[in-house]
Amino acid sequence: MTTVLSKDAAAAEAVVPTADALVVNSVGHSFGDKRVLDNVSVTVPRGAFTVLLGLNGAGKSTLFALVTRLYDNVSGEIRILGHDLRRRPTAALQRLGVVFQSRTLDSDLTLEQNLFYHAALHGIRKAEAKTRVLEALTTVGLADRAHEKVRNLSGGQARRVEIARSLLHRPALLLLDEATVGLDIGSRESVLSIVRGLAEREGMGVLWATHLIDEVAPTDRIVVLHKGRILYTGSVPGLLDVSGQPNIRDAFRSMTGTKDSAEAA
Amino acid sequence: MNVDTPMRSFEAEAPRKHGLGAYFACFYGIVWREVLRFLYQRERFFSALVRPLVWLFIFAAGFRQVLGVSIIPPYVTYVLYETFITPGLIGMILLFNAMQSSLSMVYDRETGAMRTLLVAPFPRSFLLFSKLIGGVAVAVLQAYTFLLIAYFWDITPPWHGYLTVLPALVLGGLMLGALALLMSSLIRQLENFAGVMNFVIFPMFFASSALYPLWRIREGSPLLYELARFNPFTHVVELIRFALYGEVGAKIDPTITPVSPGISFDGVLIPLASGELLDLTHLVVVVGCTVLFLAAAVYAYNPSKGLIGRRGGPGGGNAG
Repeated sequence: MTTVLSKDAAAAEAVVPTADALVVNSVGHSFGDKRVLDNVSVTVPRGAFTVLLGLNGAGKSTLFALVTRLYDNVSGEIRILGHDLRRRPTAALQRLGVVFQSRTLDSDLTLEQNLFYHAALHGIRKAEAKTRVLEALTTVGLADRAHEKVRNLSGGQARRVEIARSLLHRPALLLLDEATVGLDIGSRESVLSIVRGLAEREGMGVLWATHLIDEVAPTDRIVVLHKGRILYTGSVPGLLDVSGQPNIRDAFRSMTGTKDSAEAA
Repeated sequence: MNVDTPMRSFEAEAPRKHGLGAYFACFYGIVWREVLRFLYQRERFFSALVRPLVWLFIFAAGFRQVLGVSIIPPYVTYVLYETFITPGLIGMILLFNAMQSSLSMVYDRETGAMRTLLVAPFPRSFLLFSKLIGGVAVAVLQAYTFLLIAYFWDITPPWHGYLTVLPALVLGGLMLGALALLMSSLIRQLENFAGVMNFVIFPMFFASSALYPLWRIREGSPLLYELARFNPFTHVVELIRFALYGEVGAKIDPTITPVSPGISFDGVLIPLASGELLDLTHLVVVVGCTVLFLAAAVYAYNPSKGLIGRRGGPGGGNAG
């Protein structure tokens, strides 16, 4: 549940122990006349792996841009660990880790140098950053390649480095936007396994945006986004019950009316 | 998957209030990345140097006899044309470096790297200013390397000039960097950047005092003279020219040239104890333009006010 915060600045800076990792409440967004998100509400509890499922163009990246404050949310409310993104952007962004859809690593720099840069962006000093970089690379199984240049990595390994980078400041909420696009099956499973582990073991709230239905596990929370609107939020068995379909693929297709679409793989 | 070193739970950590140390770590990290990237891209380093050196070794040598330069401040005697255009070529380094930095920002925006900077939990104005300083640090490195090579070509300003030129390089770099930052927020796609070369870099460079003194431009074309006089790049070049000789602007004797102190259409003149007037126009224009361009760039990158969000945001607004 969302915890209502005091308007007092000091109180707003404090950790809200019962707050969800992410609360998006009645958020909308338009590009000119085109409405790309309409009255969207999403909650990501702590420790939950939540899949944001939608076709290309559903509004997933726009929602991510709003949650990361790349766009301003002009309507509705976004809270990260209880911190209002508009009123307390620093406190909110401090608890947020992001893996963007596009690659953001410097291929000329080493893994370690890329991660040092990101640590600096969060105000972490060099001595502390060294420890955290090693921890994060160990978590994604790449500690032995810390001094190699990123250009020598495979696509899957580079993705794991991006995940390591998003963990350096110990976020409470992890956003991943189409993180497995372009990866082979083995790399996809590896990346998914790492992120699911973070939700289970570290108690992070994870919002995993994808258009790939086979990335949804029966135990995940699922949010179906279609043409800028939320069609379903809840458990996978709940989705099957509501749709009356035997599997997630059919449920998604019947819900979105995309029976013949080949986009949702 | 190996999880040898379990990460600390986030529950234990309250949001940190960023102190000066955190700000410094962030600032240092951004500048360090810019410098490191520049040093790793050696071809960029050499091409940035070759451009002004070609102008110095070939253009200036060829035009030495054609373009005579009279004694104008800060020079106290006749100087070779190579000496005259050296500040202009340093300005060229700053200008191209700023535009290169702007280009990389548009590229970063398209690839997504700009997003990682903009989602950092610091004020956006601070992040953009730090990135600007990173670009300036690279430009200053290039400018000093150019001055070192020029020294062996008999371009020998006084020794203290190498020190006093530093603030002018930083200020000029900041102004042009802030302009580039503003342009990067306005350019939607990388392809549009070619237009920047034609409509910004070349006009700014050629319609300035980089290659010819203003009085010579006035003789040739009064209109071009007015354009050059209001071109901020002219003031960057002149600031560097004076700074290389340990000065901030021309000293005017009002008994010879009848002008009044204060701010006027002709410039900013302040009286000195000696009775002379010190022309601070170049300094005032460069500082003023820096503040103006930077404020506009911060506005353009502000998600709630600027142009980025309305146009689809950093990354080009790929709705997914």
